[in-house]
Amino acid sequence: MTIQFRNETFRNDFTYANSPGNIPRFPFPFPEDVYMYSTNVEPHHATRAGSPFENAFDVDEHYVAEMKDRALVLAEDPGRCQALPHMETAGWDFVELVMVSKARDYPDLFELTIDGDRWHWINKPLQIDDSFIFGDSSTLPCHPMEYIGRQVQGDHAILDQRDGNLWLDAGIITAQADWSLDFDIGMNFFEWHAPVPLAHELGVFQRALKFLLSLPQGQPSRRLNWTLTVNPRLDTSPENYPKWGPDRTTVTPENIGEKVHLRVELQTFWRLPRSNAILFPIRTYLMAMNEVVTQPKWGRRLHRVMRDLRPELVEYKGLSRYHPMLVEWLSQFDDGALTSPGIFPD
Amino acid sequence: MSASDHLIPVVVSKVVEVNSIIKRFEFKHVDGDELPAFSGGAHIVVEMLDGPTKRKNAYSLMSSPFERGQYAISVRRDDDGRGGSKFMHEKVEAGMKMKISPPVNLFALDLRAKKHLMIAGGIGITPFIAQMTQATELGVPFELHYAARSASQAAYMDSLQDRFGDQVSCYCDDAGGGPDLVGLLSDQPLGTHVYVCGPRGMIEAVVQTATGLGWPAAHIHFEHFLSPPVGQAFSVHLAKAGIDITVGPEQSLLEAIEASGTPVNCLCRGGACGQCETKVVSCEGDIAHNDHWLDDEQRASKQFIMPCVSRFRGERLELDL
Repeated sequence: MTIQFRNETFRNDFTYANSPGNIPRFPFPFPEDVYMYSTNVEPHHATRAGSPFENAFDVDEHYVAEMKDRALVLAEDPGRCQALPHMETAGWDFVELVMVSKARDYPDLFELTIDGDRWHWINKPLQIDDSFIFGDSSTLPCHPMEYIGRQVQGDHAILDQRDGNLWLDAGIITAQADWSLDFDIGMNFFEWHAPVPLAHELGVFQRALKFLLSLPQGQPSRRLNWTLTVNPRLDTSPENYPKWGPDRTTVTPENIGEKVHLRVELQTFWRLPRSNAILFPIRTYLMAMNEVVTQPKWGRRLHRVMRDLRPELVEYKGLSRYHPMLVEWLSQFDDGALTSPGIFPD
Repeated sequence: MSASDHLIPVVVSKVVEVNSIIKRFEFKHVDGDELPAFSGGAHIVVEMLDGPTKRKNAYSLMSSPFERGQYAISVRRDDDGRGGSKFMHEKVEAGMKMKISPPVNLFALDLRAKKHLMIAGGIGITPFIAQMTQATELGVPFELHYAARSASQAAYMDSLQDRFGDQVSCYCDDAGGGPDLVGLLSDQPLGTHVYVCGPRGMIEAVVQTATGLGWPAAHIHFEHFLSPPVGQAFSVHLAKAGIDITVGPEQSLLEAIEASGTPVNCLCRGGACGQCETKVVSCEGDIAHNDHWLDDEQRASKQFIMPCVSRFRGERLELDL
């Protein structure tokens, strides 16, 4: 199946949209009618053809446009891509994982030829055709993490493992939900999660860290996380808060269906072989409320989840200003019918 | 979930008698595929099918982390042990098919180090062989201090000196004894990390000396080589599974739980990583805590056990599994 890549923007005129065929494959994050934190981790193995869980690194109709948006962010702010000096081996692990996975899963789009250390990589959608020596960064135009990070959807953090903890020592982060690599770099697992409410008391992070420290090679895991974003903007970084913070004041009952987007992160966790680090891809999917409610099950459930959301979470996720308006708007799609278990549309 | 859930089928490609107590085993993928890349210090778990008994022992990979065609481990024969090393020495031959886990690294080099100072005792040399290959490739300075009982038992001593020259210093108990730890640890450049793998006494001496000299704990790394000890057979009740199991004299509690089909986490199988920590529901008797994981308070509480190495003697032990 050849993907028709959309020509669209995530800023200024915001032409981003999901084509009708793309809507049902959205990773709707609520398996039940209520939401509370859980570590909700499951094996990241191929699940459900046509879903975003079918392949190791999902490629969809937004791929080319997202990579253009990443290039714009990096041109304005090179600090969005940083790697501490000891993370170069991990960068090469990342190159190998993405290239091998994409060439295997999308042979019509990506080709990889390996001859010892000599690698030849063709990325057709981005019109890249490069040869390089694996492990020799001087044969790439930039750090290996940046090189491959510019060719794969989603932000990518790389966590060094030492002293019984994980350290955020490298990342290429241009599509984040209000956190800063520049602020967090070098922090350990508890330090960078410190702002999250409620979860510490529940012991969520202790359990999550124990799980991640023992993550085996070849057995990746995944979980979904979510928030809401006004306008389909990928770059909602603290650095650019003045550009997107005021968007929240523009929501009205008339435009809420097109303005407010459900923002879902498909987070996966991979043990990297040569560096013993963990690759943490954070792949963002955006869908306007008008698009979400085309699936009746999702409309009903989203109303119930939003209506009953804990106040701490409304505040933490930055929804306070328009939350009551959204619950009211969503109520028209909730007829009270039972919803089926799981996240997939009926 | 554990690494040993997803085993790799391999064929024993070579068995080499290194000396009177140590044999080296080399493995290739059954289909000739590449084996997973790994980092120096990683181990694999080898599954041994010895008649009706299934044993799983962890061994450090000593082959080059850049060689994907085959893995190598070295096994020291322990005649007083549970029989895993005896099985490897007596039953395993070239051409035999076996299963191994993907590599797991609980003893990785700290890649921030300006220099790696490695101290090995006996068979504890094996993870360092892979780490020295890695450090050489990365261009980071290292030195190895390798102590053995006698020249005849010092596996790979000559070949390591040939390969790595004066980066390797060797010591034999029957010819003057081990390294001067105080001298060694007093005179290292800033940013040095020290790694020790060997007998318990050696690990304690290095950790205490380094700590006493003011080394930061984060710069001191050690790997205990602990095999599950043998003992008397005992019975255990698994509360969630609702079954009773019996642990044989040469079997570990972890192996007995696995044999019953009950899921249990684990990684190192040697009492160090903490993954198999299990809650004790009730205990009428004494737990022999053989691990390096639980603290004194946890041991005294009798509320936790590490099934990979610990055993029980008494009336009744009930676990939250």
